[in-house]
Amino acid sequence: MHGSKDGEKSHGGDFSYVGIDAILEQMRRKAMKQGFELNLMVVGQSGLGKSTLMNTLFKSKVSRNKSVQSNPEERIPKTVEIKSISHDIEEKGVRMKLTVIDTPGFGDQINNENCWQPIMKFINDQYEAYLQEEININRKKRIPDSRVHCCIYFIPPTGHCLRPLDVEFMRRLSKVVNIVPVIAKADTLTLEERDSFKQTIREELRANGIDVYPQKEFDEDAEDRMINDKIREMIPFAVVGSDQEYQVNGKRLLGRKTKWGTIEVENIAHCEFAYLRDLLIRTHMQNIKDITGSIHYETYRVRRLNESNGHPGALQANGVAAQHEALSHEM
Amino acid sequence: ANLPNQVHRKSVKKGFEFTLMVVGESGLGKSTLINSLFLTDLYPERVIPGAAEKIERTVQIEASTVEIEERGVKLRLTVVDTPGYGDAINSQDCFSTIIAYIDDQFERYLHDESGLNRRHIVDNRVHCCFYFISPLGHGLKPLDVQFMKAIHNKVNVVPVIAKADTLTLRERERLKRRILDEIDEHGIKIYHLPDAESDEDEDFKEQTRILKASIPFAVVGSNQQIEAKGKKVRGRLYPWGVVEVENPEHNDFLKLRTMLITHMQDLQEVTQDLHYENFRSDRLKRGGRLSSHGYVLPLSPAYLRRMQEMIAKMQAQMQNQGEGDGQHV
Repeated sequence: MHGSKDGEKSHGGDFSYVGIDAILEQMRRKAMKQGFELNLMVVGQSGLGKSTLMNTLFKSKVSRNKSVQSNPEERIPKTVEIKSISHDIEEKGVRMKLTVIDTPGFGDQINNENCWQPIMKFINDQYEAYLQEEININRKKRIPDSRVHCCIYFIPPTGHCLRPLDVEFMRRLSKVVNIVPVIAKADTLTLEERDSFKQTIREELRANGIDVYPQKEFDEDAEDRMINDKIREMIPFAVVGSDQEYQVNGKRLLGRKTKWGTIEVENIAHCEFAYLRDLLIRTHMQNIKDITGSIHYETYRVRRLNESNGHPGALQANGVAAQHEALSHEM
Repeated sequence: ANLPNQVHRKSVKKGFEFTLMVVGESGLGKSTLINSLFLTDLYPERVIPGAAEKIERTVQIEASTVEIEERGVKLRLTVVDTPGYGDAINSQDCFSTIIAYIDDQFERYLHDESGLNRRHIVDNRVHCCFYFISPLGHGLKPLDVQFMKAIHNKVNVVPVIAKADTLTLRERERLKRRILDEIDEHGIKIYHLPDAESDEDEDFKEQTRILKASIPFAVVGSNQQIEAKGKKVRGRLYPWGVVEVENPEHNDFLKLRTMLITHMQDLQEVTQDLHYENFRSDRLKRGGRLSSHGYVLPLSPAYLRRMQEMIAKMQAQMQNQGEGDGQHV
């Protein structure tokens, strides 16, 4: 990013051009060859459109198989389950291994106490797996990264305020993973209701000390802060998902057709899906992964290493430490 | 031959009482719908609590009464709201307060009925309970099932799909079918509209058929006036269009209102003849003092009931004739 500016400046005279900026092209080619990994977790009550939104984001059926027409047997599981589905996506020569981690059963019971625990455990388990590989004597060149880079939390569009469950979940999980809250099925809110709802949510997040992505404390510089401030003014994004196309003004668009109009998913006058997509994929994907790696994971690693210092046999290179099982439940 | 008129005049003077309970999670548009139904503002100084306050709260019972008068007919409507229902992380037992309230009204009526001075018995029994189902899920939630099973023998349950403008037409039909299947599956007894009697006119019969086929009603509420297609309608304005509350193609609001109006009397009757009688016989079997004389007085005033039946018929006919000309409760 800075390289191109310098390159342009010094291109005027050949003798002052070293060619350092060529490294960008090398990195780009290497990244293209390697491909990218992205692990997204979706959390929210049943029926908030999580699967549809994932399918809309990646323009393909990436979520767990939900055949809407033929099989209405969506039994709510008795406990929270964790279901991972991976897909290889390619666009313009860029390959991505996308893993969508679904959490059916969250918030669906009458008693939802501690329903976040299986999710917390899963996230910590991924950190543990990475850590184990990292401290191995003979470790892989590229450690497979199953760490959850981002957790999209779906808030029901009540229009009032966050529910106690929303606050509890985000309070706990924002400490270990990047949380991007979204207002689900936002086509039930008028623009006025949407704005006042968002304001209330932002206030409640602040009041409860919940730091959602992009976290203010991780802004790298003024430029970053400016861009992220704008995003922070807009979250949570009010989204609508759809995997059906309709003809609107001569174009085929993804949307929802009702008797009173057609909601266009990618039209920012209708909903904020495009902003979410841009954030997750087009502008902040790398940053999300960086924060996961350099902050959340490091926090976990430091904690684990400190524990094992107290218990010399606890952290073994090739096994799963006994202590970590108990600790990961404690949060 | 003049007796019906006399009875009618007396009841018009006396007015009607109706108690409607609304139950459902926060944010399902219950208050807006009630205000839309009765064209009034039952909650003028409402403050919606934040998440922090919700953690502390248990289910409350809030009753608001409003007197509505139209064409000389007075209705004393009591709406019983149940804020806090389903809000907590653990909603086990969140409705024991609600059940206790319903039983309490029955108990009070039983006591009054068995008393010596029965001139001014106030009927605060819950005649109907609108149960709001979220349009977001794939059907009934575990809490929905548990609650409805706990009260279906105590009150007439009318399930309502809230905020129906979230759904496309196909999604709505699918959801309705799903809900009806689940109601069946769990043995939940919801309020059934009585079939039109053979001496009713065809329009009324057709109307009853349509109403019965649309249950559960998928509704949208609003008290905002929006300009649409050159006229002012009550609705919700979105960037992609206007949802009209009173447009039967957009939602079942009119059906819900019609059902409530034309069956207000039946709802009261079923409450009296079925739910209250069940309560009463249970109560009496269990024993306990009922009147100051220590013995159980004979059953409900049959004469009053027969009179109420006649009034009901006339009221229904009046309403049907009046349906054509404009809004009325």
